[in-house]
Amino acid sequence: MQRRVIFNNKVLPYLLLAPQITITVIFFFWPALQAIYWSVLLQDPFGLRTQFVWFENFTTVLFNPLYIDSVKTTFLFTFSVTAIAMSSALLLAFMADKQIRGAGAYKTLLIWPYAVAPAVAAVLWLFIFHPSVGYLGRLLSALGILWDYKLNGGQALLLVTLAASWKQISYNFLFFLAALQSIPKSVLEAASIDGASPTKRFWTIVFPLISPTSFFLLMVNMVYSFFDTFGVIHTLTGGGPGKATETLIYKVYSDGVLFLDLGGSSAQSVILMLIVIGLTAVQFRYVERKVHY
Amino acid sequence: MVKMSKGILVVLVATVMFLLTGATPAPAQKIEIQFWHGLTQPLGGMLEKIAEDFNASQGKYRINPTFKGAYPDTMVAAIAAFRAGNAPHIVQMFEVGTATMMAAREAIKPLYEIMQESGVPFDTRAYIPAVRGYFSLPDGRMMSMPFNTSTAITFYNKDAFRKAGLDPEKPPQTWQEVRAAARKIRAANAANIGFTCAWPTWTQFEQFSAIHDIPLASKSNGLEGMDAVLMINSPLHVRHVQTLIDMQKEGSFKYGGRDNQGDALFPSGEAVIIQASSGLRARIIKEAKFEWGATMLPYYDDVKGAPKNSIIGGASFWTMTAPKRTAEEYKGVVEFFRFISQPEVMAKWHMDTGYLPITFGGFERAQTLGYYKQNPGADIPYKQMIRSEMTKNSMGLRLGNMPEIRNVMHEELEKALQGQQSAQQAMDSAVSRGNVILRNFERANRP
Repeated sequence: MQRRVIFNNKVLPYLLLAPQITITVIFFFWPALQAIYWSVLLQDPFGLRTQFVWFENFTTVLFNPLYIDSVKTTFLFTFSVTAIAMSSALLLAFMADKQIRGAGAYKTLLIWPYAVAPAVAAVLWLFIFHPSVGYLGRLLSALGILWDYKLNGGQALLLVTLAASWKQISYNFLFFLAALQSIPKSVLEAASIDGASPTKRFWTIVFPLISPTSFFLLMVNMVYSFFDTFGVIHTLTGGGPGKATETLIYKVYSDGVLFLDLGGSSAQSVILMLIVIGLTAVQFRYVERKVHY
Repeated sequence: MVKMSKGILVVLVATVMFLLTGATPAPAQKIEIQFWHGLTQPLGGMLEKIAEDFNASQGKYRINPTFKGAYPDTMVAAIAAFRAGNAPHIVQMFEVGTATMMAAREAIKPLYEIMQESGVPFDTRAYIPAVRGYFSLPDGRMMSMPFNTSTAITFYNKDAFRKAGLDPEKPPQTWQEVRAAARKIRAANAANIGFTCAWPTWTQFEQFSAIHDIPLASKSNGLEGMDAVLMINSPLHVRHVQTLIDMQKEGSFKYGGRDNQGDALFPSGEAVIIQASSGLRARIIKEAKFEWGATMLPYYDDVKGAPKNSIIGGASFWTMTAPKRTAEEYKGVVEFFRFISQPEVMAKWHMDTGYLPITFGGFERAQTLGYYKQNPGADIPYKQMIRSEMTKNSMGLRLGNMPEIRNVMHEELEKALQGQQSAQQAMDSAVSRGNVILRNFERANRP
């Protein structure tokens, strides 16, 4: 039997959609189109002299070895953040899902970091890991470890990766916990009776059942690492030392806002947009096949 | 009936109009001047106080100061406002934005031009040469109004000097002496860090070049044209980077981070010798729990002609154009500029903030007030600025996209200090990358 349409009003659905569409157009489509338009122009900052340069901004960017380095850094950073944030969140959610005393308190505390703004989170990490004012930074130096993320690129990247992951764990935790709680207890109990070990139960029952959530989180985490980690990097390292922590989004910012190279910066943001669209498409095409809904 | 009420309405309206216009005489409309600045507290408050004093001093104009974020944010805000057709009348711009502003000829109203048009007498010779040069065309016409200006000097910790067996009244004057002192400090374990610096590119390359009378870039560091090329891979520059690398290896130098990040190391007592902005003085007074002193920037004494005067940093005020902006409004800007360049205002700003007295009159005024007697060392920046005749290499800098060039210099220096490349490679790479930036700027801004 087909469902009957309840509202016959032809205008109402559009009216209800209008606010969302307006917001998407104003804050997404319009700036995106502007970026595409500007990416083929060579302009002085004030917009007094504009030249049309075809795809020169793109070729300049793509043939710049420093930009390629930044692409590598970004992918390394994104995969590390996604891996760390998702695996630790899953572990924590798995633990918090058990029948333990004070589980409610644990859950609440684990969600807290989500309420911290990226810049504030970065300042907290700064106070912990700064080589001369941070507690752990001083401790590391006292232990004879040459800890100086201001000059050691590897350490700087490690620090922003950890800080960015920490920030995202709560969000992942929340979703994993909900997913775990929705698994029917009877299935797990049946497996126990059949003699499946906890590890086996996890990999054969729990993991497949939470795969839609994991897939969703994979997407969200990658987009987060690409775009939302700006605040953490800006506050902790500013892209340095050298270019060790300069991700693509940070380069868009520094080239466009600080160095006023509007054409180059726009070209980069178009490329970034294409990368993320591509990644998302690949994920839906190949990863989603393995997901059981 | 309808006619009747219409009549009443007319009377009512007339009465209201009369009450509004006739009965209460409207106060003379003041001309509003928008002024965007990039100074955080407490400096921003002090600047706004000056604007308030100006407003109180006359009845015709009203300066409306607005804080727009740090210098780069203020710059971006002003550019966006210009594109939208409502640029502020005055914007405070950091010194490295000078080339960008000068190239945007249609967006700005040069200082000499508004001075001429308003007929207000304006003597550029009141300004100390290194300040004047930085903001003038090669023929000497001033483009913007210098205001908060600093230079880099050396601060040192006298207590730690004593601990290390150094004479606290004889601070190191040459790089050789700085290195020896820093070594001694580390050997005696008087502090964790012997020598560090804030604003690494400004103190180690820009000031360094001026003091040793070598070019940072061709064309008088870009003052004479947009087609300048960087020249920081000279033997002396490379030698200096090598010195820093060697000092880092032996533990007498520690890199303090980009921009002003290194500042914190001195007042906390962690570093004994620091090269930083003269504006750090206020913070040291507030935070340092030890006896300290100030001295001029060091030089290599085997370099002929060194030391020359240092160059400035800080910001100047630019007048911006907008559609429908009237001559009367520019007149207001001129009046404000005249107000702030009075010796009394200048001297007070200098003494309150630690910025340089940029006019001879301002310095003399502070001297008459006994400021330098009560604050020994407060005249070091001023004296360093005028310690020699200016040369082509010590007038200032005017390089397009200077913030980006500074970023490149930071990156290459950091890589050299990390041991990823030699001093020569670092400076060669900085030159080639910096020249690309300069050519791009030239191309985008060619009239």
